Amino acid sequence: MSRPRLIPVLLLSGSGLVKSVRFKGHRYIGDPLNAARIFNELKADELIFLDIQASREGRCISLDFVNELAEELTMPFSVGGGITSIEQIRSIVRAGVEKVVIGTHAVEPDFVRQAAYEFGSSTISVCIDVKKTFWRGDRVHVKNGRVATQYDPIGFARSMEDAGAGELIIQPIDRDGTMSGLDVALINSISTQVTVPVVALGGAGNTADLIEGIQKGMASAVAAGSLFVFRDADRGVLINYPSDKRFLENYA
Amino acid sequence: MSYKIVIVDYGSGNLSSVERSLSRIGVDFKVSGRPEDIESADKLILAGVGHFGSAMQSLKERNLVEPLEKAVLTDKKPVLGICLGMELMAQSSEESDAPGLGWLDASVIKFRVNDTVRYKVPHIGWSRVTTKKESRLMKGVDDSAEFYFLHAYHLVLSNQSALLSECVHERNYAASIESGNIFGVQYHPEKSREAGLQLLKNFVELQ
Repeated sequence: MSRPRLIPVLLLSGSGLVKSVRFKGHRYIGDPLNAARIFNELKADELIFLDIQASREGRCISLDFVNELAEELTMPFSVGGGITSIEQIRSIVRAGVEKVVIGTHAVEPDFVRQAAYEFGSSTISVCIDVKKTFWRGDRVHVKNGRVATQYDPIGFARSMEDAGAGELIIQPIDRDGTMSGLDVALINSISTQVTVPVVALGGAGNTADLIEGIQKGMASAVAAGSLFVFRDADRGVLINYPSDKRFLENYA
Repeated sequence: MSYKIVIVDYGSGNLSSVERSLSRIGVDFKVSGRPEDIESADKLILAGVGHFGSAMQSLKERNLVEPLEKAVLTDKKPVLGICLGMELMAQSSEESDAPGLGWLDASVIKFRVNDTVRYKVPHIGWSRVTTKKESRLMKGVDDSAEFYFLHAYHLVLSNQSALLSECVHERNYAASIESGNIFGVQYHPEKSREAGLQLLKNFVELQ
């Protein structure tokens, strides 16, 4: 078994790198390629790049940007944002990207199925954004958290696995950017129900949170934005990544 | 001396990481799906991601199966299979009814896992491997080096003498193999930083 992965998530808005809190109040952090270069040097396990405006604007993450990233990075990485067609995935994979992240368009399981058949399950990740609704409990949200769907997260996660998704990124929107801890119960409820790897995203604020995601959440990987781009709770920008990333092995 | 390296292009679409890695270590190579280039190559790299069946179909459609077979089995040119590229060298795969290239006495199966909470499929991430046999392919690669894995299927060798290293995902399985002029790695050297580059360099420099 591979040791649990620690994955920085970098959010793109326009050509800038931003960080949100609960999917709102996007703050400019810097240049995405520069951040990518630093994480590459810090030997991060993987990177995830998400264009958070793409889906709402009806476009796909910029292929030029993906190509620039692929030129810079000597490590595995995933990209997502507004991916709606097999041809888009083909171009992204051709650029040298390991995995594509399907978000909003995953509500069409046939698209996920077709993508997994074409490129293999290992290439297809699905990002599931989850938010509590007043009447109906946890529901999957799309279009950068703006639109609620009818799907409950566990059922949706199972249907994505059935469709052939090779990895599920689970993101509780209310934890995003808060650095207040992972939603371990949600992560656990999904990772114990599916056979594909689960990536826990949202809320990690310190080492104890990462350990909890692995130990109690049973996640295969913990991903984070704020933790890896801010120095501390004061939120001064400092790209960082633990040099002893192997420590999580002890908790898997 | 420098060898003519050809990365076999059969439309699998993700050769660029391998290309960039070879460029980084200063190796001259050609990406080609033309039988005459395979004929004139000194060494071949077979990479790729995706579905076993559709990959075999593309190789057939491009009339590459026979030239590859001649280069590898008759002319004994060194070949390196990476991930799906290695799997294609087997006799068969559970992923498809299509037969494989059949260069290795091996089959490809999907991971069978009992503890599905702990051991997820696909197997994704960084792992160390356990050396089973010394090889020129691993010269200068530290035993503690980690390699990046991303796969749901793996090779099962009929003859263990080809086994170079193993990885563990609940059970042990082949992480790399060597059988005469045929080399294969289940992991992605092109994404495995220094250790991966060293491996590619070793293959390129094989006498």
